[in-house]
Amino acid sequence: MYIIDRRRDASGKSLGNRQRFIRRARALVRHAVREASKDRKITDTGKGGEIVVPVDGVHEPSLRRSSKGGSREYLLPGNKTYIEGDSIERPPSGGGKGGASGDGGGEDEFRFALSDEEFIDLFLEDLELPDLAKRQVMGEGKDQPRRAGYRSSGPPSSLSIQQTMRKSLARRIALKRPKVDEIAELEAQLKALEDEGGHDDQILQIREALKKQAKRSIAIPFIDPVDVRYRRFEMEPKPVAQAVMFCLMDVSGSMDEHLKDLAKRFYSLLYLFLSRRYRYVEVVFIRHTHEAKEVDEDTFFHSRETGGTVVSTALEEMIKVVHDRFPPGVWNIYAAQASDGDNLPIDNEKTVSLLKTSILPLCQYYAYIEVGREPEERRRSVEPPTTLWRAYDMILSPKLPMAMRKVRDRRDIYPVFRELFERKSNAASTGA
Amino acid sequence: MTTTVTAGRDDPLLFKDGDWDFDTLSRIYDGVAEIGDELKLDIYRPRIEVITTEQMLDAYASTGMPLFYRHWSFGKQFVRNETLYRKGWQGLAYEIVINSNPCVVYLLEENTATMQTLVLAHAAFGHNHFFKNNYVFKQWTDADGILDYLAFAKNFIADCEEKYGQAEVERVLDAAHALQNQGIHRYPGKRQMDLRSEQKRERERREHGERLFNDLWRTVPEGQGKKAKKRTTERDRRRALLGLPEENILYFLEKTSPRLRPWQREVIRIVRLIAQYFYPQRQTKMMNEGCATYTHYEIMQRLYDRGRITEGSYLEFLHSHTNVVAQPDFDDRRYYGLNPYALGFTMMKDIERMCVDPTAEDRAWFPDIAGNADPVETLKDIWANYRDESFVSQFLSPAVIRKMGLFLVTDDAGEKDLSVDAIHDERGYMRVRRALARHYDVSRHDPDIQIVDVDLEGDRRLVLRHSVVDGVMLEEEDAERVLQHLANLWGYEVHLTEENDKGDISTKHTAEPVHPFV
Repeated sequence: MYIIDRRRDASGKSLGNRQRFIRRARALVRHAVREASKDRKITDTGKGGEIVVPVDGVHEPSLRRSSKGGSREYLLPGNKTYIEGDSIERPPSGGGKGGASGDGGGEDEFRFALSDEEFIDLFLEDLELPDLAKRQVMGEGKDQPRRAGYRSSGPPSSLSIQQTMRKSLARRIALKRPKVDEIAELEAQLKALEDEGGHDDQILQIREALKKQAKRSIAIPFIDPVDVRYRRFEMEPKPVAQAVMFCLMDVSGSMDEHLKDLAKRFYSLLYLFLSRRYRYVEVVFIRHTHEAKEVDEDTFFHSRETGGTVVSTALEEMIKVVHDRFPPGVWNIYAAQASDGDNLPIDNEKTVSLLKTSILPLCQYYAYIEVGREPEERRRSVEPPTTLWRAYDMILSPKLPMAMRKVRDRRDIYPVFRELFERKSNAASTGA
Repeated sequence: MTTTVTAGRDDPLLFKDGDWDFDTLSRIYDGVAEIGDELKLDIYRPRIEVITTEQMLDAYASTGMPLFYRHWSFGKQFVRNETLYRKGWQGLAYEIVINSNPCVVYLLEENTATMQTLVLAHAAFGHNHFFKNNYVFKQWTDADGILDYLAFAKNFIADCEEKYGQAEVERVLDAAHALQNQGIHRYPGKRQMDLRSEQKRERERREHGERLFNDLWRTVPEGQGKKAKKRTTERDRRRALLGLPEENILYFLEKTSPRLRPWQREVIRIVRLIAQYFYPQRQTKMMNEGCATYTHYEIMQRLYDRGRITEGSYLEFLHSHTNVVAQPDFDDRRYYGLNPYALGFTMMKDIERMCVDPTAEDRAWFPDIAGNADPVETLKDIWANYRDESFVSQFLSPAVIRKMGLFLVTDDAGEKDLSVDAIHDERGYMRVRRALARHYDVSRHDPDIQIVDVDLEGDRRLVLRHSVVDGVMLEEEDAERVLQHLANLWGYEVHLTEENDKGDISTKHTAEPVHPFV
């Protein structure tokens, strides 16, 4: 008989099977995830949760006898009143009473929980970042060792001789281990005295001392196991690539809370998405009226400014920040601009040229979201395009890493997001 | 080990409270083993593994086996169990035991010391003894080899996935899984002749024919009937060559399917052999559980009698035992079929009673065992030589039928009402017993489907027949899907007819391969 403690063994033996199952039911699961995330808050997007898929999609068929028809026998326990020849009214749903309900095929839905990872993965699965060819790939994205002090055990290869010797020296001094010189000196003395002859007392003394020293040298080793130090390494994830995300927003009076909320949702989604793709994501918030300023998130969304609307100021600010802190050779730059479409007409030309000559060459992707309200009067079915829309529309071409969309409602965000980053839209720009 | 035994002599109690550690566990094992030896249980050497709930969930997903090849259906099983468990809708088993040598017993770490004792008695002795001695297991499973075989299967399938892609392997596995209930040899069957003995027999026949040669026979004119007969013999010959009719569809595919590649045949073989390995468990579920429950009851009882467990833990044991052997009545909300633990335990306890203290009725019904005063040996003989179906048809006593109030209800789709056909009275005992035996006859649960013909020279169409029993047809939708899998494996058209014993064909299914394996 053996007893084995398996509790320390890695659990998660079923992980492979679980992944296979999710892959198998991928289409169903993805649909279920999309349904489930419709009703969620943006902040919950990154969390796992329970989903329901129709059981039919993951059914395993087998050749078995039907549960209906034919003649069957049931053998039941607990007879109280029946005698032979009695008849019993057939229970309504057929076989409800029968003992042969072992198939367990009664469910229509298959319900299970997804982990955070799986949920987001599916959530983002069919989106693909434009131009995923990283400008700067820093290493293979694997963990790399980093020096992290010393430790007292380890493989011989990481023995730190310097530290070990330092410890050893300190200990030898503290415990007064006889030095080699001292012993040599005593020996020399002894030899001199012996050569001289006589001085028996002194010789005896020195011999005694030498003996003591020798004993001490053995008792206090030159290097003791407690001295030994090894270099310690910590594994540190090396970012595959880093990205910075610029959030540009018009905060002039015409942008009310509703519009900002729409914009915010878009930014959150973009952030979530980028943080999946890149180990390290910086976010820079730039708000603008007729002048632009880099601010923190809270101010960005909640404080209100008055003034006109000059979009080019924000672009200029962004270029400045990029030059100061985010060299394009090292960072993947994404920008998302939200606006209600207002701009000072004379600024349009400047905006467009800035975008074309400076911003777009810097960016991996530039998304423009025009937020708005549902048109109140139905009769104005076609809204005239806004100033900014018209301006951007002129430079829009499939070659440029840029997209623009209109968003009217919270529900539009996700589809818009999908559309923006759908593979086909950047098919032309993959060559970059 | 000797030290713990001596420690056991000093203090008869195996443990004091619910906590246990590994020393306690091995002490408990020794205590249980002492009684196991008294009962002369013959077991494989157990390998006891303590696992966490999470690992238990893992084990659930791979049908309890410590290792298994990968497939999405196990993942499905896993997420289902996990969700049910996390929500508290389903508890976990206290143990899992595997028919292998050494016999692997998983114990859940959360069990109290009493539960560990109970579980060791139940699994490491009860089930283990049954696995080692029952004839169905002996005949069909190889306890020594199963773990190695599973390791081989796992590696083989992983290799295939690497070589041919997960999707390809999954397709074969899906198809094979759909047919796994039709991948079982139910009877030992005749030995296949090898080529040499075949040739030898052929030579002997020829010599025999030469000895009896008489040229006159050639001159006898051939009649009309003889030609017809010849044609049928042609068909018979073909069927005989292919070993038809064959009910083991996977076996037939593995050996005969014209288009499968060798690795695909091997995958089918793996599924088939594993299905075969589990087949005895289905046939002996009730007896197996009854045997384990009887054993743990006996062991716990004796431990208590000798003061080796406290009164408190004896009560804890009784509480748990009562839950296990509870049989709700048919009109109870909790009723979910016959509880194999309950029926098995009740019947075995009843056999014990008949051996020791028989009534006149017992003597009339069971003259062989009534009053033989050796219940344990009697039961051990039964555990070795019966399966559920034969066990019931041989040993279900009127006393048990009365005690459980068993009655037989017939449900004929043609009738308006169900009718009570037999109850626990003199007229009914035999019929109840026969009906219960049929209920446990696995081959009546699985539809009887056989490959009856295949035209290898013509269009290679595979013909199957479902022999309908009691007018119960196949589940239509599933049948279509399985047939599709079968057609893909076979590579050509597949026909399935459902006919009753009079030969009336009621349903025909056909499937063409849409995406054959090549």
